[in-house]
Order: sequence, then C-alpha cells, then structure tokens
Amino acid sequence: MDLAFTKEEQAFREEVRSFFRDNVPPDTRRKLVEGRHLTKDEMVTWWRILNKKGWGVSHWPKQYGGTGWTSVQHYIFNEELQSYPAPQPLAFGVSMVGPVIYTFGNEEQKKKYLPRIANVDDWWCQGFSEPGSGSDLASLKTKAERKGDKWIINGQKTWTTLAQHADMIFCLCRTDNNAKKQMGISFIVFPMKSKGVTVRPIQTIDGGHEVNEVFFDDVEVPVENLIGEENKGWDYAKFLLGNERTGIARVGVSKERLRRIRDLAGKVESGGKPIIQDSAFREKLAACEIELKALELTQLRVVADEGKHGKGKPNPASSVLKIKGSEIQQTTTELLMEVIGPFAAPYDLHGDDGSNEAMDWTAQIAPSYFNNRKVSIYGGSNEIQRNIIAKAVLGL
Amino acid sequence: MDFDLTEEQRLLKDSIDGLLTDSYDFEQRKKYMKEKGGWSKAVWGKLAEQGLLGLPFAEADGGFGGGGVETMIVMEALGKALVLEPYLATVVIGGGFLRHAGTDAQKAAHVPGIVDGSKTLAFAQLEKNSRYDLFDVATTAKKKGDGWVIDGEKFVVLNGENADTLVVTARTKGNRRDTTGIGVFLVPADAKGVTRKSYPTQDGLHAADITFTGVEVGADAAIGNPEDSLALIERVVDEARVALCAEAVGLMDESLKTTVEYIKTRKQFGVAIGSFQSLQHRASDMFVAAEQARSMSMFATMAGDFENAKERSNAIAAAKAQIGKSLKFVGQQSIQLHGGIGMTMEAKIGHYFKRLTMIENTFGDTDYHQRRVADAGGLI
Repeated sequence: MDLAFTKEEQAFREEVRSFFRDNVPPDTRRKLVEGRHLTKDEMVTWWRILNKKGWGVSHWPKQYGGTGWTSVQHYIFNEELQSYPAPQPLAFGVSMVGPVIYTFGNEEQKKKYLPRIANVDDWWCQGFSEPGSGSDLASLKTKAERKGDKWIINGQKTWTTLAQHADMIFCLCRTDNNAKKQMGISFIVFPMKSKGVTVRPIQTIDGGHEVNEVFFDDVEVPVENLIGEENKGWDYAKFLLGNERTGIARVGVSKERLRRIRDLAGKVESGGKPIIQDSAFREKLAACEIELKALELTQLRVVADEGKHGKGKPNPASSVLKIKGSEIQQTTTELLMEVIGPFAAPYDLHGDDGSNEAMDWTAQIAPSYFNNRKVSIYGGSNEIQRNIIAKAVLGL
Repeated sequence: MDFDLTEEQRLLKDSIDGLLTDSYDFEQRKKYMKEKGGWSKAVWGKLAEQGLLGLPFAEADGGFGGGGVETMIVMEALGKALVLEPYLATVVIGGGFLRHAGTDAQKAAHVPGIVDGSKTLAFAQLEKNSRYDLFDVATTAKKKGDGWVIDGEKFVVLNGENADTLVVTARTKGNRRDTTGIGVFLVPADAKGVTRKSYPTQDGLHAADITFTGVEVGADAAIGNPEDSLALIERVVDEARVALCAEAVGLMDESLKTTVEYIKTRKQFGVAIGSFQSLQHRASDMFVAAEQARSMSMFATMAGDFENAKERSNAIAAAKAQIGKSLKFVGQQSIQLHGGIGMTMEAKIGHYFKRLTMIENTFGDTDYHQRRVADAGGLI
C-alpha cells in the first residue's frame, strides 16, 4: 500500500496544470468559480482548445483519438480539470454516444461521427428519459417504425440537457412492442433540425434553462442511423451508463467549491468577525472536508483497482461514488448558502445564460443550491444506486 | 499509488484470519471472558507463536520489522473476531513508546517479554478531568536523587488489571494544562504505592483505575525526555488511533455481514425481511459508511509515515472523525435491522455494537477530532 504518486505521475499533473493555466480563457474560469453559467461559445471554444491539444476525448481508444493514459492519469486529469476549474468535456458526446459508436457502430458511422464529436462540431444531447419513464427507463414509449429505408419516430423525451444547443440526439426508441420491455428498444441517432423535432424549454427551480422537452412528430430518419443491432438498444444504454464511473464522484468540483467557501468565509462577517472564526461553522466545513477526503480515497481505490485489474464489469463501487459524491456536492452548496446568509435572497430577473455580467456574485448562490438538488436525482437516483448496492454487493 | 497488499502481507492476513477462525468464535470468546483477567493466555500464546506480538519491533530488538500496514491487518482481524486480548495496550501503545523512544536497556528489559507473550503492558494516561487532551496531566513526577517519585490518579487504564508494566504520563514541570514538562515513565505494576481498582468495561474488556502514591522509580524509568515528551505521546497515541480505526473497520465488516445474513434469513409476512426495500436501502447505506471508513483507515495507516507531524495528526484526526460517524451508523443500524434479537446479550451483534461504541469514546471522539481538523485550517 502506498499513497504516493510516481514521479512520472507528478510530472504529468504539473503538465496538465500548466496547460490549464496557460489555455483556459480567464473569463471562463472566473465564471465557473463564481458559479455562473457559460455561453455555448465559451464552452465550445474551450473544448476545441482541449481537442487541439489531443485531450478532448482522452479516454477513447488511441485509434479514435484517445490518449492511452493509465487510469491514474485519467484520474489526475479529471481532478485537475474539475478543481482548476475548467469546463468538463460534453458528456453526451464524449462519454456517452462516442463510446457506443466506437464499440457497437459500423465503420461508416465511426468515420462520420467520431471526429465531429471530438471537436464538438456536433453538439449531442441524450434522448433517454420520458415523462412516464424516469427510473424505470425501460418502460419508454417513443416509437420508431420501419418504413422502407426510413425510421418514422413519434413520441416525447424529457430532461434533455442543453437540447437547445444540440445538433444531434441519440435516442432510445421502441422498435418491438411485443418483446419484453428491455428487449424491444433500439439506439437511433439523428439531427435535431430534422423535420418534426420540437424543443420546448423546461425552466428549473433555479430559474435556469438547462433541460428541455423534445417532441418527435413523424420524424423521418434514414435506416443507417441505427447504431448496432435492432432491439439491442437497452444493452448499449447500460453500457453507456456504466461507462462513467469514477468521474461521477466529482471530487475536484467539490474541492474547488470548498476552497471558495473557505475564501468567502474569511471575508463575510457574522457576529462582527469573519464567519470562518465561528466554531460551529468551521466544524461543519471540516466535517464536509473529511467526508470528501474519504470519498477521494474511495475513488482512488477504484482507480488503482482498475489500473491493476482492468475495468471489467461495471463496478458497484460507482454507486458508492455517486451517492456520496452527490451528497457532498449538495452539502457544499448548503455551506455557501450559510456563508452569504440573508444576501442569498435577491433574485436577478435577467437570469444567467452566461451573458449577464451585471449579476452580483451572490445572486448565483441560491440558484446553485436549488440546482444542485438534481445531482442526487439524475444518472440513476441515489435510491436506484442503493438498489444496485443491495443487489449487486449485498446479494439482497 | 497502490492499495493492494504485498504477497507477504496477504500471508500475514491469511495466517491471523486462520488462527482466529479456529480459536475465536463467539462461543469460545465467552469462555475466554470468564478466564482470570478476562482474556485467554492460550490465545495470547498463539499470537506470540505466530510472531504477531513482535510484529512492529525492529529485527535487531527481536521483532519482525512490520510497519503500519501490518498493524492495520492485525487490528482489522482482531476487530472482526471481537478479540479481548490486550494487543492495543501492549504491542501498539506500550511497544510504541519503546520503539520510538526506548533506550537499548529499556528495550532489552521489555521487548523480549512482549514478543514471547510473557508480559503485557498498559497505558496509564487518562485523568479525572483530562478527557481527550493528552497534554492535560495533573499526575506529578518529582525528582528524588537520580530517580522520580510519582503521585496521581489515572482512570480507565485498559489492561490495567493484568499488566506487568504501566506506561505512565506524569508532569515533571509546570501547570496541569501546559504542553511542556510532561514525561513518560515505565512503572512496574507491583511497585510500592501502586493501587489498582479493576473492573470490566462495557465492551467486555478489562480496565483499572490506578492510584500512584509516592511511587519511587529509578532514573532509567523515563522514556524519552522526561521534561518534554508530549510529541512522543502524540505520536504513539496517533498510532493507537490508527489501530483503532482498523479495528473498527473489522468490526463494521463483521457487523454488516452478520446483519445482511440475518435479514436474508429472518422471515416476516411470509418473506425474508431483506426483500423489503427500506431494509435494503439501510443496508446499502451501511455499506457506503463502512467503505468510507475503510478508505480513511487506509489513509490514516499511510499517514502514520508522514514526516510532517502536523500533517500526520491532521490526517489521523480526520480518519478518527470519519470512522466515528461510520461506526455509529453501522453499529446502530445493525441493532435496528436485527430487531428485538439485536437487543439480547445472546446475539453477537450487540457485542460488536458495544465495542464500536467504546472505540468512539477512546482517544478522542468525532467532535473532538473534527474540531482539531477545523482548528488546523481544514483538510483541502
């Protein structure tokens, strides 16, 4: 047992860190530190910088543009990225549809889509959830009917993150109504500008516009847009969801936020002195930092294990990372609320789509707290994660 | 970065697990408890035979040169089997003082007896009002000729009833809460002026309240600098905390395993109660808590080697705080999920709960260590 990173790993961390220092646009970083949203341009600009460096799709196989890094290097890269902070790669393209395409797609699909995903020439969104299919995803109803050389798609998706920016969608559609619910689903991709696709914004409790409803009304999609085999979509969806493992703990994100809390708590007064001098607050902050340290170690255990024994099957440890990681993220936003106290209240009517520079820094703190309630809901709610642990680990 | 055991460490783990599987089931433990002193000399002898009592000592001193990971392996196994024998008091703490600051003569006098199992030690540190502050020492050691005269009262000294030698913290200078002027002394338990009041503890171990009245010891009784040994005490107690973290992980593992087995077999409403989602989620949360504890136990074990004393104790404080939270949750929920049977002396789960609970209140509880981390400026 040894906690230390090797010399090479430390040098790699330095390399990554200095690349971020030199290349992340300062405004982008500042907005992330302040908890503001970014514009589409700001995000895409950064992702292209990353892709030019060769780090845009770091975990992909080398022949598709990946880096061939070890698990520890991936860990270091993510941690530095999250805690610098810089925007994370667009998960829907890079972590979700990309791996499905290079694993199950045909050569033509790989050639057509992968380079455009890496360079964010296409912004992808995910068409999984439906109004009636949340945690019970396999009950989805959106239908794809084969007519000649086309799929005719009808139905509705929801919680479609940043669909307003998207050029492409990957969609789970029912292609066989008679099979068992998991067996009749196919994985189909198509342009968002296809005729019959309507995007309607959902305003979330933070006032933001992150998610959407997407309606399909006789959308015509060429048959070759099916990825992999017909009716095997559920397997690909499971593959895709199990792919994202250690990143979900978002340890770097919470670290960065805790640093910010410590910084602000040294400035904001309570009882005539900085709130960091209030022992009750300080101990709460320490408690959160201790939980995060434990989570970081849990994550490192998973990383080290993958490095040694390969990724293998989806690891139930990822459920631990999801549960604890989301709880800690939520606690950090609570602590921020506590730091600013009564100044959490003012609401900026202009909202924050990334362009509202006049907004006071305090105005984003309550929305961020509201918004972070989502992290224990998305990606398989924490209750679903507990089901997974109960079954896969404890054998209940 | 590596969290795997070496081949040698795996063998060590197998050997102690094997020994305890053979000689330490719950029924056997009940018998050992009734032996004189409350633990088994025979088991202690077996631990000595396997070299476990000499594990952390240098080979030159008759030991096996094991490090923090080896102690972690042993303590986890002892926790899993709910072992009563005084490994912590004798090998980890008593041995710790000898390893870090003992003179050649002191080591020669004490280490062989520890290694062969013929002698045990106890750490007389806690006082009426000191609570968890190691520097809060009212017991005095006054110079007399070349030697020292010790006066004071110590409480809840684990293995105090049986120990041959007491390791006593005493003040040679200054006031009760000064951080300097504290010494550590080796005192024969049968020295004139030592009186022991012994009792079982809540978790089935044995302890004693010990009074020192004009106890005279020689100059060679002092381990380390008799006027400035707080750093030494902190170092050894940090190692004891790390050992307790590992013991707690073993206890939690076994508690969770026992509880999951129970809810898989206990039937109500015609089905195993483990088929109910509310119980499944509780058990999953116990698993999460135990994993977080295991991570911090490993972290604390590795932090034991940190050069920087401040970083070391901050990391270990964090671990003890995390483990305190985890053990409370796992312990309490183990009882809850067992239902009524968990409330009985007859079921083993309650005994695990009690040992876990006592660990929380030893060498600093969650609040105490959380405060230390907070006062040190945090952990990020």
